[in-house]
Amino acid sequence: MSDLTLTKKAEAPQKAKGEFARFVERFLEDRVAVFGLALISVIVLLAVLAPLIAPQNPYDLGRVDIMDSRQPPGAQALDGFTMWLGSDGVGRDLWSGILYGLRISLMVGLVSGLIAACLGLVIGLVAAYFGGRIENVIMRIVDLQLSLPSVLVALILVALLGKGVDKIILALVVVQWAYYARTVRGSALVERRKEYVEAARSLGLSHTRTMLRHILPNCLAPVIVIATVQTAHAISLEATLSFLGVGLPQTEPSLGVLISNGFQYMLSGKYWISFFPGVALLLTIVGINLVGDRLRDVLNPRLEK
Amino acid sequence: MTITRRSLAFAGALLAGIAAMPVGAATAQELKIGLAAEPSSADPHFHNLTPNNQVARHIFETLISQDEFQRLGVGLAQSWKLIDDLTWEFSLRPNVKFHDGSPFTADDVIFSFNRVPNVPKSPAPKTSFIRGKTLEKVNDLTLRIKTPSPYPLMLNDLAQIEIMSAKAAANVTTEDLNAGKGTVGTGPYQFVEFVPGDRLVLKRNDAHWAGKPAWEKVTFRFIKADPTRVAALLSGDVDVIENVPSADVTRLKSDNRVTVSSALSNRLIYLHMDRLRDDTPFIKAKDGSAIKNPFNNLKVRQALSMALNRQAIVDRIMEGEAVVAGQLLPDIYQGTSRTLKPVAYNVDGARKLLAEAGFPNGFSLTIHGPNGRYPNDTKVIEAVAQMFTRVGIDTKVETLPPAVFFSRASTGGPNRTPEFSMILAGWSAGTGEASGSLGPLLGTFDAQAGIGSANRGRYSNPEVDALLKKALATVNDGERAKLLAQGTEVAINDVGLIPVYYNKNTWAARKGLKVIGRTDEYTLAMSITR
Amino acid sequence: MLAFIIRRVAQALFVVLAMVVIVFFGTYVVGDPVWMMVPGDATQEQVEQVRREFGFDKPVYLQFMLFVADVLQGEFGRSYVHGGSAIGLILDRMPATLELAFVALVMAIVIGMPLGLFAGLKPDHPAARAIMAGSILGFSLPTFWVGLMLIMFFSVMLGWLPATGRGPTTTILGIETSLLTLQGWKHIALPALNLALLKISLVIRLARSGTREASLQDYVKFARAKGLSPRRIVGVHILKNIMIPIVTVLGLEFGSLVAFSIVTETIFAWPGMGKLLLESIQRLDRPLIVAYVMVVVLLFVTINLIVDILYSALDPRVRLAGKNE
Repeated sequence: MSDLTLTKKAEAPQKAKGEFARFVERFLEDRVAVFGLALISVIVLLAVLAPLIAPQNPYDLGRVDIMDSRQPPGAQALDGFTMWLGSDGVGRDLWSGILYGLRISLMVGLVSGLIAACLGLVIGLVAAYFGGRIENVIMRIVDLQLSLPSVLVALILVALLGKGVDKIILALVVVQWAYYARTVRGSALVERRKEYVEAARSLGLSHTRTMLRHILPNCLAPVIVIATVQTAHAISLEATLSFLGVGLPQTEPSLGVLISNGFQYMLSGKYWISFFPGVALLLTIVGINLVGDRLRDVLNPRLEK
Repeated sequence: MTITRRSLAFAGALLAGIAAMPVGAATAQELKIGLAAEPSSADPHFHNLTPNNQVARHIFETLISQDEFQRLGVGLAQSWKLIDDLTWEFSLRPNVKFHDGSPFTADDVIFSFNRVPNVPKSPAPKTSFIRGKTLEKVNDLTLRIKTPSPYPLMLNDLAQIEIMSAKAAANVTTEDLNAGKGTVGTGPYQFVEFVPGDRLVLKRNDAHWAGKPAWEKVTFRFIKADPTRVAALLSGDVDVIENVPSADVTRLKSDNRVTVSSALSNRLIYLHMDRLRDDTPFIKAKDGSAIKNPFNNLKVRQALSMALNRQAIVDRIMEGEAVVAGQLLPDIYQGTSRTLKPVAYNVDGARKLLAEAGFPNGFSLTIHGPNGRYPNDTKVIEAVAQMFTRVGIDTKVETLPPAVFFSRASTGGPNRTPEFSMILAGWSAGTGEASGSLGPLLGTFDAQAGIGSANRGRYSNPEVDALLKKALATVNDGERAKLLAQGTEVAINDVGLIPVYYNKNTWAARKGLKVIGRTDEYTLAMSITR
Repeated sequence: MLAFIIRRVAQALFVVLAMVVIVFFGTYVVGDPVWMMVPGDATQEQVEQVRREFGFDKPVYLQFMLFVADVLQGEFGRSYVHGGSAIGLILDRMPATLELAFVALVMAIVIGMPLGLFAGLKPDHPAARAIMAGSILGFSLPTFWVGLMLIMFFSVMLGWLPATGRGPTTTILGIETSLLTLQGWKHIALPALNLALLKISLVIRLARSGTREASLQDYVKFARAKGLSPRRIVGVHILKNIMIPIVTVLGLEFGSLVAFSIVTETIFAWPGMGKLLLESIQRLDRPLIVAYVMVVVLLFVTINLIVDILYSALDPRVRLAGKNE
């Protein structure tokens, strides 16, 4: 099986175009995944177009009015428009808040996930491939990172840099990269000893080439599993950090901030304040995962029939 | 057969009218209270903080007591008189016994006062309450306290020092006291156990001098998360909870299993403006260029106060669990002004004043505040920012974790000066009268004299300082109150700070229990009756 | 093997040292702890007195040296807020947290593995699709939100389980546990489930993808062709194949369960060290934070060691780091 993989991967560059078409075709075979893709596309579209479709700019304190606060879904705002999903504790229209919040949450989740995954992947690969002292140092740094509570990391960053989207992304990268590194190292250790790697090495291929062309593709499956979970998790981790007071600024809420603001209303009967942002978050994450699951199945060389 | 007999018995009980008793009634001798914050120790002199003090009040007593409005009354001292301007004589309550059976005498008072400054590594000692006082035993039940200068706040201070047993607490450490060794007082309840992070258990002191307390056993549970505390009450985990979140008050009031009670708090929520610097870091012209600190102009300060719709904040954000504020303390307290009223909301007036002050187009400002320190603090700051934006001041909000905020707001600037241009903060007068607010908040900052310690705006007005100084040396209550009221009026009319609202403290209890709310935020089993 | 373990312990000491530096300077930049210690109405004089008492008025390098000296004395200093030995305070709370994390881990395996295996063996079955969709719920909603929902549903509406706290504890073999009484299980059920949700989803996903891969491998196909019973194929061949990633991840996750218990413990008022840590971070109680991190580092190092040794047992191709080259 392993030599089969080796040949296929070695041929990949020549047949890139054909492979991509085949990849799209295979992806589209699964109807649920297509639904997920459609869902994500709609959500991304809504997020991108938020300034055009939102009835209110929820970040403009001149337009948000506390006299509108805690209104149930369908109520009329003082500005005249209808708040179809109601309003939150400071009078922000929830529909507008969700549209704008999606932008932030998607960005925070995807960007921090992507950076952390790349960083973790490289570090994990290096650790597994070179072994010895390098591996020891890297893995101890991973231990160090994993034992630092994320709240503390976020608090230190808030104190140093203040609150903001870029800062929370940095905090989430710092918190997450070690997960990827640890997982990648685990899979790469197994791959490293397989015959095809030995073969590539004895052929005199460079370290970089061996790692990226041969070990990496075979470690991708677990990374994608972790990535789809972690991206979703990053979005809810951001919510948790905001809940603990070390997340994003209150006046420019993400979905997570909207949910954590609604937390205190959960027992009060004003369900909509955290319910609708929760639904939005759920749909986003379901979409990401449906697509991610299919991607993993399609990309995984070992699942080919 | 069994079933029939049981239902018969049930019907009989119904007839007798006792079936209507709630389930909890079986253990009604036990009271379970859900607290929002846990004490850091069972040592009463270790940490001068509300969660510690309120628990200590059950086990230990003070010479002077404070009622639910913080009015002073008899405690372990049953009467007192001024022998001269500098000497107070207290006669102690006779026949009072500590929990271990030993009698209470003047020696215990002297022991306790000596212990206060000698608690090692105390994060907040109570030394300021004993400062300058010399104790002298006349006989077992008579005590004299001398001060170097006339000191009107003597009784307020004595209400803060818990009396420990000289015999039981000799040579015990804070850790011993946490474990129950030497945790012996004269109070209505006795220490049973303290499990940090979980609970503190007390039992009734049957021999208490004021009569048998109401509850056989009292368990304090520490439940920090607000909605969880409410859930713990609704699910029957606890009988009473403190700090009911304002969001749940309306719902709990309509729930017939629960009664809600509240008391006006001595805590003021206010805005402080930077008066220290000519160029304040978080204020710019709207185009981003530097401008002189606008807060040095009285009209700007008045405009900001006028721009606040305090009633809307109370109604819409605090959901009625607050009262609009016009001065530093609610006027039920000594030394407050009778004439100051909350500034009326007037957008046009505010705009006009800003224009007159030379800011027809406003400016841009960042308000800083803590998140999670006061009820709804972030939302209140956001509401204030909305209102300032409406009169033309572009306002941004930056809320910080309390650990970051208070450090920077107090000493974050150059040379350990306050860092921010405008902050929202809260203040409660521990003394229960106006000098406890006016001095720290608006007296000219003077580390040596201990005045202006919370004056993070560095407001300074010689007239206010003079009145304050005079008041603090006046022993006559009525005259002192007049001076303090006068000082408050001068400072508030000069808008030294912008008062927003007074908090309310709220408790919820299962039906059948009555909680007498206290202004000092303490939750006491003694205030809970059936 | 012994040399390997000794080397690991030596490395752990370096990690601990690095941690002390990070935590000290990290909390130093956050703010002056004195403001989180004194009451709001403290006078300037009181504030200065406390700063002197605790040495917060000294230059940074001197504070750091004093701090390290405290750590080296073995007690990790005394908690600023509680006064007691920091490590003692942490160790007092540790059994509650370990118990919670342990129950959550068991829940994750007991619930996650069978569901994941099923979803992997029958990927197109409607139930499998439902499992996968359901597993998304586990990690998409923030822990604090789900926790409160659990309380609302099981404690407030149904009244089945207590909303807060830990049940009565007993000590056997030197281990303090609340798992010996029904009351204890009632108390731990909701917080453990809350903590486990994310891990259940993770186990389902890992088990599913592992199973799918394995069931397409030649040797499984071969075993099938040979007519081995499905139970044997699953039990021996597939389970063995999917154990590696699950062992790695769960090993890691036990650490993160302990770390993540911060939120769950706070919501459920569970008297563990996570709740204590959150309070310590919020109050900048440096010695407590260091003591906590120390304990967690040791936990991680031990877990990693066990995972690595298990690795080499499960898959002979993996060599123990530091043994070769």
